[in-house]
Amino acid sequence: MTEKVHSEKTSSVVKIDAYGLSHRELNEKLREVVSNGTQKIELRNVYGQRYIGTDLNKAVEIEIFGVPGNDLGAFMDGPRIIVRGNAQDGCGNTMNNGEIIIHGHAGDIIGLSARGGKIFVREDVGYRAGIHMKEYQDKKPALVIGGTAQDFFGEYMAGGVVVLLGLNLKEGEPHKARFIGTGMHGGVIYMRGSVDNYQLGKEVGVAELGEKDYQTLKELVGEFASYFGYNAEEILKQKFSKLYPRWLRPYGRHYAY
Amino acid sequence: MKTYLPPKFIVERDPERCIQCQVCVNQCSFENHYYDAEDDVVRSHEGKCVGCHRCVMFCPTGALTVRRNPLDYRENYNWRSEVIEDIIKQAETGGVLLTGMGNDKGYRIYWDHLVLNASQVTNPSIDPLREPMELTTYLGRKPDKVEIDPNTMSLKTRVAPQVKIDVPIMFAAMSYGAVSINVHESLARAAAEAGTLWNTGEGGLHPKLYKYGANTIVQVASGRFGVHQEYLDTAAVVEIKIGQGAKPGIGGHLPGEKVSAEVSMTRMIPKGTDALSPFPHHDIYSIEDLAQLVHALKEATNYTKPISVKIAAVHNSAAIASGMVRAGADIIVLDGLRGSTGAAPKVTRDNVGIPIELALASVDSRLRQEGIRNWASLVISGGIRCSGDVAKAIALGADAVYIGTAALVALGCCLCQQCHTGKCAWGICTTDLALTKRINPDIGARRLANLLRGWSLELKDILGGMGVNALESLRGNRLHLRGVGLTDTELEILGVRMAGS
Ligand code: SF4
Ligand code: SF4
Repeated sequence: MTEKVHSEKTSSVVKIDAYGLSHRELNEKLREVVSNGTQKIELRNVYGQRYIGTDLNKAVEIEIFGVPGNDLGAFMDGPRIIVRGNAQDGCGNTMNNGEIIIHGHAGDIIGLSARGGKIFVREDVGYRAGIHMKEYQDKKPALVIGGTAQDFFGEYMAGGVVVLLGLNLKEGEPHKARFIGTGMHGGVIYMRGSVDNYQLGKEVGVAELGEKDYQTLKELVGEFASYFGYNAEEILKQKFSKLYPRWLRPYGRHYAY
Repeated sequence: MKTYLPPKFIVERDPERCIQCQVCVNQCSFENHYYDAEDDVVRSHEGKCVGCHRCVMFCPTGALTVRRNPLDYRENYNWRSEVIEDIIKQAETGGVLLTGMGNDKGYRIYWDHLVLNASQVTNPSIDPLREPMELTTYLGRKPDKVEIDPNTMSLKTRVAPQVKIDVPIMFAAMSYGAVSINVHESLARAAAEAGTLWNTGEGGLHPKLYKYGANTIVQVASGRFGVHQEYLDTAAVVEIKIGQGAKPGIGGHLPGEKVSAEVSMTRMIPKGTDALSPFPHHDIYSIEDLAQLVHALKEATNYTKPISVKIAAVHNSAAIASGMVRAGADIIVLDGLRGSTGAAPKVTRDNVGIPIELALASVDSRLRQEGIRNWASLVISGGIRCSGDVAKAIALGADAVYIGTAALVALGCCLCQQCHTGKCAWGICTTDLALTKRINPDIGARRLANLLRGWSLELKDILGGMGVNALESLRGNRLHLRGVGLTDTELEILGVRMAGS
């Protein structure tokens, strides 16, 4: 398992073979390479190493071939990660800034507690996607999912924008997630295609999109389409619904003082 | 709705002494006192006083007396006044009863049933006034063995990061938002002066306190408020908060009223919104998941600082603690039944969790049995009231203790249990700018540092009396303890013998 690590500087792209490296060794390598001023890194043979992109804090681009492990980009502040494959759980956990672009599926709790940055997933995501995303001043995280999501989608959201496109659903096939936006008290969810009331958490309201919503959506879908080779206009043709928190303080009447 | 709640306290104003200066009117944030302009006199509203003594302390003529309302219900051991009044409150609001501070019920306080040993005749005691006495403590994972290179005489073993504290007493987690910025500053400065650590709690760290980073433990809780790279980098220790003794198993709601502009900046959420901390961390549903967050934080801080994990003391603490240590925690914190809070549902505060003394003894024993006690430092909190409690905790197996309530009492708190209202008249548990000013960080830091100094001197006396000159000799040495008035089972769990045996 101690196969030699190659890292060569070719046309300013540093290539790292992650085969057999533990997450600690791989991240050590990344820190070293990034501190040398490298702008672009290619990671080959990634087999489940966790926490890639953590503690780098620079606008470096990391292209991953393989399957990165849990907590990809956790606490991330700046890098741009492109995954040529699927990602696992906890992607973008408590992320502050940066981008994650996944050419495949992603697991549970993607974007957990994220406060900034953008995440694009070409296919489906697991449970509790976008949970407790927040926003603060100019920091507004965005999560765009090309496929569909599991239950508790957008749970506890306190800010940010989540877009669910359902591009891989068949004609007339609904999203199956339930408890969407449960406990939501901030932010907004845009869903392509219709969604039944029984699928929504009781804190969620449904509205038509306004001018500003379309503007946001156009930008995010445009970006999504450019990464994954879609036609944004085609996607935007279909009807979207907007889910919003009915109360900013859902538990205001919960207590006796 | 007319309230059926009787006043809890009666405020008496001695007309002979009162000079109508209105100091009490201005000091009382619960609006008990008011100035009646028509009659040109200061009066009281019945039923508003919470018994915080602020007015009594500040009345220039000593005209005020606060007494418990003598109104008595018919004697009934079962239906005590507290029980009746809680029902009335809920009948009038339909909500969950909230409260502040720690469990005030009469559960056995084991510290009061443990006594310490001293040297007599067979070994000499040591006079700490003239001989060196060591309280220094290192927090962090200790290696199973150390290897020294015989040629260079230098250490070959790679030792995990350690944090040195000069006294085994740290300030417990109290978040900015629950307490005021001046309390945070007082704690930070006192910790820096005394060579110990204070804890930000889960509400982030105000930028002006970053300079105390070397004395700061930062928390990462389920809400992840104010957690970002710089916050993690600044700290000496990063603590994952799983639970809190005052409210095991549940999250927290900082109401929007307390999220002022500054709190909003520190927590990084919009002003006036509720800060909701979910019950669990949604990335932790198992010990394996905990290991994942522990290592995520180690990666995020490049293995330069200890990672602490704090839980509330509950029935299975010993097994959970073993898992926490195996998950990579460098420090584990147990917060007991009497641990305090800025706001918690009363039913949880008063009924959930176990006494810290029992949790500490069983966790320490379990980690020893498994041969992993050295893998993590053990810190306890929840009801430490004096240096005697500290000494007993160390003897039961703790490496250090956290104090929260005791620190607030040093700042003026008188346990009126109104922290959840945000109106703390002592300016401690509030973000109201006018009230916040009542804590002056210069004075606050002085009072806290004094308290630590006093307790340290007392600890040294206790150690000297035992004939040992280092806290390390007392640590986990339960032969220095004996039990009084305890059952066999209690003695067994505490791992302590009966006094006289
Ligand atoms: S502070 Fe004392 S003297 Fe002044 S108005 Fe109140 S009771 Fe009277
Ligand atoms: S902190 Fe303030 S409100 Fe809370 S118990 Fe102490 S004095 Fe009362």
